[in-house]
Amino acid sequence: MYMFKYICKRIGLMLITFTIIIVTCFVLVKLLPVDISSVGVGEDADKIIARMVSRGYMKKDTVTGQYINTPILEQLGQYLRRMIFEGDFGIGFNMPEYRGRAVWSVFIEKLPPTILINVYSSLLAVPIGIALGIFAALKKNKWQDHLISTVVMVFISVPAFVYASLVLYLICFKLSIFPLGVVSLPDIVTSYPEKGYAYVPGEFNWSLYFNKKMFLSMLPAVFSMSFGSIAGYARYTRAELTEVLTSEFMLLARTKGLTKAQATVRHALRNAMVPIFPSIIGEFVSVLSGSLIIEKIFQIPGVGGLYLASINSRDYDFFMMLAGFYLLVGLLAGLVVDLSYGVIDPRIRMGAK
Amino acid sequence: MRAEEYKISSEKFVLHSAGEQLHDEKLETKPVSYLKDALIRFTRNKASIAAAFIIGILFLFAMIGPLVTPYEVAYEDANYAYVLPRNEFFYEKGIPFWDGGREIGVTEAAYNLYRGIQEETGRTVIMNEPEVRQEEYMGKPISYYDFRLDTYNAVGVKFVLLKYDEYVALQQYQDENNVQVIFPITDPALRPEAEQDKTNANIWYRTKLGAGRKTATVFDENGNFIPIYQADNGMDQYTSKMYWEGDEKLYNYAELKDAGMWNVRVDYREYYKYLHYKAGDGIEYPSFLLGTNNAGKDLFICLASGARFSFMLAIIVASVNLFVGAIYGAIEGYYGGKIDLMMERFVDIMASIPLIIVITLLKYHFDISHVYILFIAFFLTGWTGMAARTRMQFYRFKNQEYVLVAKTLGAKDSRIMFRHIFPNAIGTLITSSVLVIPGVIFSETSLSYLGIINLNTGSLTSVGTLLSTGQGFLFTYPHMILFPSIFISLLMLSFNLFGNGLRDAFNPSLRGTE
Repeated sequence: MYMFKYICKRIGLMLITFTIIIVTCFVLVKLLPVDISSVGVGEDADKIIARMVSRGYMKKDTVTGQYINTPILEQLGQYLRRMIFEGDFGIGFNMPEYRGRAVWSVFIEKLPPTILINVYSSLLAVPIGIALGIFAALKKNKWQDHLISTVVMVFISVPAFVYASLVLYLICFKLSIFPLGVVSLPDIVTSYPEKGYAYVPGEFNWSLYFNKKMFLSMLPAVFSMSFGSIAGYARYTRAELTEVLTSEFMLLARTKGLTKAQATVRHALRNAMVPIFPSIIGEFVSVLSGSLIIEKIFQIPGVGGLYLASINSRDYDFFMMLAGFYLLVGLLAGLVVDLSYGVIDPRIRMGAK
Repeated sequence: MRAEEYKISSEKFVLHSAGEQLHDEKLETKPVSYLKDALIRFTRNKASIAAAFIIGILFLFAMIGPLVTPYEVAYEDANYAYVLPRNEFFYEKGIPFWDGGREIGVTEAAYNLYRGIQEETGRTVIMNEPEVRQEEYMGKPISYYDFRLDTYNAVGVKFVLLKYDEYVALQQYQDENNVQVIFPITDPALRPEAEQDKTNANIWYRTKLGAGRKTATVFDENGNFIPIYQADNGMDQYTSKMYWEGDEKLYNYAELKDAGMWNVRVDYREYYKYLHYKAGDGIEYPSFLLGTNNAGKDLFICLASGARFSFMLAIIVASVNLFVGAIYGAIEGYYGGKIDLMMERFVDIMASIPLIIVITLLKYHFDISHVYILFIAFFLTGWTGMAARTRMQFYRFKNQEYVLVAKTLGAKDSRIMFRHIFPNAIGTLITSSVLVIPGVIFSETSLSYLGIINLNTGSLTSVGTLLSTGQGFLFTYPHMILFPSIFISLLMLSFNLFGNGLRDAFNPSLRGTE
């Protein structure tokens, strides 16, 4: 019961934070003038105004006959109503390739590569990282430990764009093992005629991502993304496990007659995993968001690139939705990590006085 | 036994150490203050010392670098774009490393062009003996020449448009200094026909239009180039005796173009020296320690001033955050209760606003330099961390006895907070605000790398911009991304090691464990 109350409280606080930030963001965005200068080729100001009117962002003033902005709170009300009841997050205004398209459908289309690369990288990083950490902890202060610790330090410190560039240059360009970027969906459709794929813009297109060509082209990005996590997990596991290995219950376990391996696996590892496991769960929540930098370097057609494009081309509906999405994922990941401590180890009573 | 028998007369008593002043014995060991103790423990950590040393070098590079090089960030010369890094030491010793040379494999036409430049200017362009290799291309054998190209000398000669008085000034410079700057103009009728080569000043020899509308060189019977210099017809009224000793032929040195401009064919290396001699900016021949980028900017000055900007921004942000966060956190932690609860909720919300959203909204609303936007955004999202840390420290110390004593003696709250509690917390706070610096530098680099922030205006640039420009030339000119990458990697690595050392040093619970 205590846990349930605590969870409710945390979710409530998270929702309040989220709402405050998003509403502030919405109001600040709506205070901006509509940028008529960004009207694309083949568009005219009237069309934009018509689109604004159709969304309820503008209305015709009954006295002067001019188009004026609707009050911001009214716009907010409409935005929330559409978002919650119709799942409508607005339409693209400024980015030429998404002009007039529903924000949600573009977002859905961009989601699979982002998620997949993150999932692959987590699947790679978690076991390798933990294994390296365990190995280093067991060989503490021997040369293996020093080697692993040094490499881990380097990979934690060096920014992702540096080793992503290295991967791209050495593995993809010099050795030509992998293609230079992620294969586009129409390419996949043409290269696997026997599978009968169809690329539908605005759809999730999930099945198109599960084939050898796509997988291979994603691997460099997956590697670049996992290096940092591997190093992080290795360092964390090593630190936790070395601490647990020196504790007295380990001595007791050995005195009982367990072998070193048995004692390590059954007693030390379980206890060392208590702080590590929540961060693994957190990682799997944040797979949705991905890395802007990796997506830029490997030209992955994912959510990160869309977010950047929406910022630079001032596409407010896209920006609002994606900012909210990233914010929500971030808050959720933090919340899940916090809550899972209590679930994994009931001795930890989160938020207790 | 009577008591008197045991009476001892007072004379028998002698005071021990009479006439001496008694003092507490002085401590034989010297007192070790908190900071000194931290310093001792820090110096034991060899990796941290090395890291501090590297940070020092990088900091010096950022601060002194812009002062020692004659170039500026705003300076660019498109003719020397994509020039490779050159260290004069390696160049003069002829070591094929860091000498401005580039391993290339080119077709015969390009090879002939480089040979032509080498022959005309008399400077080494092809740095080693070329290796010829045959390759099949669309059913035809094509020979490729593999050699090391001097990217500086490969610039060769260029056409420049000068006003008449500029031209005369250049002539005077040439006569006074006895260097060949102006080269004879080529005969317009004999210049290459191919569109892409028409304005190429380096083709001073006879060519013909080969297959696929590509320029092919025509050699004489001995395999030499046939010059296409325009013989003197008195057009430019300038006679130079310098070209080719023993060659008594006179040539035209410029041709009159529209609007009274003279098209002059200059040896660009000498002309470069001449331009800078005129400008008086201390630059002589081109030599770029870290090469140049696609616009012909010196990467050394770009990297140094980008690094300087990063350091300065980070230090300012860290100190402002420390100042504001410390005051906020002190109030929260000291008063506690309702005040703390309210202030904490505000911090919670502030801390969960993503940096990108703040920057984007600031960018949309204020048409100010991105430097200020970066600063404001880092401040808005950064001070909360420092506030949280100060709050923790205040919770730790505020119930200790010495605070109670100070309270009993009637000290005001502000005095207790900043005279009594704060000095105890300062070690931890300084450590964490030093560790803010790499975080800020990394965020700034990432943001300018992603193009969310554009710091590339005139005299300012950032490491992130250099990295993202370099990214575009990763496969062709990797030196452009190499040096900024090395800088940022070294900086992050050494700050991490340094931070670990600092954290351990300021953690008294680790005392004596090593």
